[in-house]
Amino acid sequence: MKTETDLTNVNVNMARRSFLRYAGVGVAGVGLLSVASSCHKDHNLVPTAGVTDVGSGDYGVLNFAYALEQLEAAFYLQVIATPYSNMPSVELAFLTDIRDHEVCHREFFKAALGTNAIIGLTPDFSKIDFTSRAAVLGAAKVFEDLGVTAYDGIAYYIQNATYLAIAGGIVSVEARHAALIGNLLTEGNFVSSDQVDANGLNISNKPSAVLAGANAYLKTKVSATSFS
Amino acid sequence: MNLFSIVEEIEKIDPEFNDRISPRRDAIKNITSFGSKVAVAAIPFALGNLFKKAYGQTASASVISVLNFALTLELLEAGFYNAGIAASGLVTDTAYITQIQGDENKHVTFLTSAITAAGGTPVTKASFKYVDYTAGSGSMNGPFATVFSNYTTFLSVALAFEDTGVRAYKGQAPNLLGNQTYLTAALDIHAVEARHASAIRYLLSTKGLAITPWITSTAANSNDTGISQVDGNYAGATPENTTTQGGVNILNLPSATASTTTEATATAAFDEPLTMAEVLTLLVPAFVQLNS
Repeated sequence: MKTETDLTNVNVNMARRSFLRYAGVGVAGVGLLSVASSCHKDHNLVPTAGVTDVGSGDYGVLNFAYALEQLEAAFYLQVIATPYSNMPSVELAFLTDIRDHEVCHREFFKAALGTNAIIGLTPDFSKIDFTSRAAVLGAAKVFEDLGVTAYDGIAYYIQNATYLAIAGGIVSVEARHAALIGNLLTEGNFVSSDQVDANGLNISNKPSAVLAGANAYLKTKVSATSFS
Repeated sequence: MNLFSIVEEIEKIDPEFNDRISPRRDAIKNITSFGSKVAVAAIPFALGNLFKKAYGQTASASVISVLNFALTLELLEAGFYNAGIAASGLVTDTAYITQIQGDENKHVTFLTSAITAAGGTPVTKASFKYVDYTAGSGSMNGPFATVFSNYTTFLSVALAFEDTGVRAYKGQAPNLLGNQTYLTAALDIHAVEARHASAIRYLLSTKGLAITPWITSTAANSNDTGISQVDGNYAGATPENTTTQGGVNILNLPSATASTTTEATATAAFDEPLTMAEVLTLLVPAFVQLNS
């Protein structure tokens, strides 16, 4: 499974091509075709029974985002409903703002998708100790970082410029959240080295990798087979 | 990017890979001598060109102009932080500012490499007639005259640059629609600029300024910084206090605690773009003039 993930990783594929180009490999064409064809096989994955698939096209992208925003909103609703021990007022204010933003994102996608929206997802936060500041902020960092890599990774599939602009408008807010959470966890760690590469670029993830992370916190599993 | 792990990845899917390329294995081993991570970083862009036939992507003139626009912003940002760090006794939050300084300089290097690799000509500092971080149109005595002597002024200008950078990249995204290589890279930088903006805002909040890490506008005012000189940086055709997204009135949506959403939440939950023309109006001639 891990190998499959790697095979379809666009960045890895791009790197392979780069490698072939710069190595001056005369038979690059042969190697590339072999890489490309193994890639295409993965595009024919069929949805799995019992798993909610986001669908295809721009509605698929919006549903993918809707799934993530449902997860984030549910998380912060819980955080504010059961604050961790001795939550300072400044942190309560930050986390309440973030909750409101994530609920806003969720409701936006629900409204924009209308009858094309996927079902409401049931989260599974059994692994998160909501009484612990470290556990809550640690999970918040996971969700925010995941959100940033998700939007950046799926953006090129978007066909409608308006939707792309809105996705851009949301992802920078997720990045603002991610940086704040990073600072709350470790002062000054707003560009954490696990999220930003040596060129100063935030990493991005393909949808299947994002969902592998998200599904760990979802009872309702989600797939994005048309964006593999 | 670890090139040798890439070789291993290729071997996983193509067991004959080594045989295929064996006559040139030395060349492959020597690929590390090809240079720094910077050169390696540019490879995907060169490749975007090479494989444009297969992937329908190319570094067109418009893409290169987007990249050069981005590079212009990054040159200004990098120069700003370089000067701030160099100013004796100015910066007290060194961990924050050196992190941002490092990132902006990396962006300059990355974009310069990418533009060169794509066959374009990158702008350089030599392209600027002047750079004036006081916003004085070359007088070096503008509204932010104390930018490198007063830390609060420095952070205020930093904030304007970061928030504007986020808006500028966002505004270019539709020009890169569907372009896996360049759109993704632009959004990846965009996210880092947003992280910077959040951090500068957080720093200012710890110094007593009533400001959130996100842009929390009101119906009357898009600019939530309290610095009226930068009102324009939060205005524009799609100002930061926009509350309608893709035809959906955000104010009418249910929120966590009510059947409607507040102006503060609706504006903070979505950042807004600036067009290239809007950004240039903000920068030229106050901060920079390009050689004609």
